[in-house]
Amino acid sequence: MAEIKSPVPGTFYTQATPDAPVYKTKGDAVAVGDVIGLVEVMKTFIEIKSDVAGTFAGYSVENEAAVMAGQTLAQLDG
Amino acid sequence: MTLKILSPGLSTSIQDLGRPGFFHLGIPIGGAMDRFALRCANMLVGNPEGAAGLEVVFMGPEIEFGRDALVAVTGAELPPKVDGEPQPTWTAFPVKKGQKLGFDFLKSGARAYIAVSGGIDTPPALGSRSTYPIGALGGIDGRAVQAGDMVPIGEADAIEPGFSVPESLRRGIGTPAELRVLPGLYWHRLTKEAQAGFFADDWSVAPEADRMGYRFKGGKPLEFVDRTQPFGAGADPSNIVDGCYSYGSIQVPGGLEPIVLHRDAVSGGGYFTLGAIISADMDLIGQLQPHTPVKFRQVDMDQALEARHARKNMLRDVRAHLG
Repeated sequence: MAEIKSPVPGTFYTQATPDAPVYKTKGDAVAVGDVIGLVEVMKTFIEIKSDVAGTFAGYSVENEAAVMAGQTLAQLDG
Repeated sequence: MTLKILSPGLSTSIQDLGRPGFFHLGIPIGGAMDRFALRCANMLVGNPEGAAGLEVVFMGPEIEFGRDALVAVTGAELPPKVDGEPQPTWTAFPVKKGQKLGFDFLKSGARAYIAVSGGIDTPPALGSRSTYPIGALGGIDGRAVQAGDMVPIGEADAIEPGFSVPESLRRGIGTPAELRVLPGLYWHRLTKEAQAGFFADDWSVAPEADRMGYRFKGGKPLEFVDRTQPFGAGADPSNIVDGCYSYGSIQVPGGLEPIVLHRDAVSGGGYFTLGAIISADMDLIGQLQPHTPVKFRQVDMDQALEARHARKNMLRDVRAHLG
């Protein structure tokens, strides 16, 4: 099990825009560098990318949740 | 001697204590948002208090040192590491030529200050090395640092590592963070209910908050006293005929979300300002993360001056402790 953490505090988004599909759903393959979400802070949207490859196990926080730096955003199997 | 920026973090900029004296020309005072923290970092490594350092927001840079130096990280709890080895905050530690300074995840606060013995020695602009990106002034080419930048450092006197600012002389943030407000020129524009509601409501820091202004949300919309808008003012009741803004002044466009103007703010415009955050609490704003709960508390001028005096004494105590 690998965890993807937020590098900054801010607001987490699981989709690029309100109309867009969520970046990943459970069971999706995740490659190194795949975007799994966005964190908004200081008028900037930061793409959260996976450092490891694996299978998406789910988001640890909800869309539009307030997150802290170092907080786990999503988990991968494998 | 230089610092090589391997990765810049989210927004890392060169800042000193700013360039007061040009606000009437629209050039903001600039400088560190938490000036107390920058002063402490400089004192710990033997620099003049106003030497330029790095202001780091939320996420640390990675820096390779081109010379042995003494380093201190103050302000936010952003744990420093030298070649992966954890180092204390608010304490001077040595970094050797070729070693890399990196950081762990932010634990609390928002802005960390990195001072390096000798101080950052980029060319001053209008008397300051502070970076003001909108005006392309100061720093390196007037912008935040980027990967690959070689940041020049001045000559340093030899000084011992290990000096530390005790916890009793660091300021906590508090939950909620309390910001003291002196009502100002346009306070009368708000109804009595809105005046009371502003202080009674629970606010939190909006994610848009930056060096220009800190925005707050969550309180009730402010109601204005009815009037016919004067000639030259916009139609919204939060508009005035253009006026001067001050550092710390609180504007509320549309009566919705208060914005506290900070170091890189504009110097004037057409929004009413209900008052100002007292100078003693401006450093604290620089340490507020998005979503931090905040309460505004009303004070009078005597209390504001007393608070300013207490902050000066805190700095005096740090000087005495490190001197």
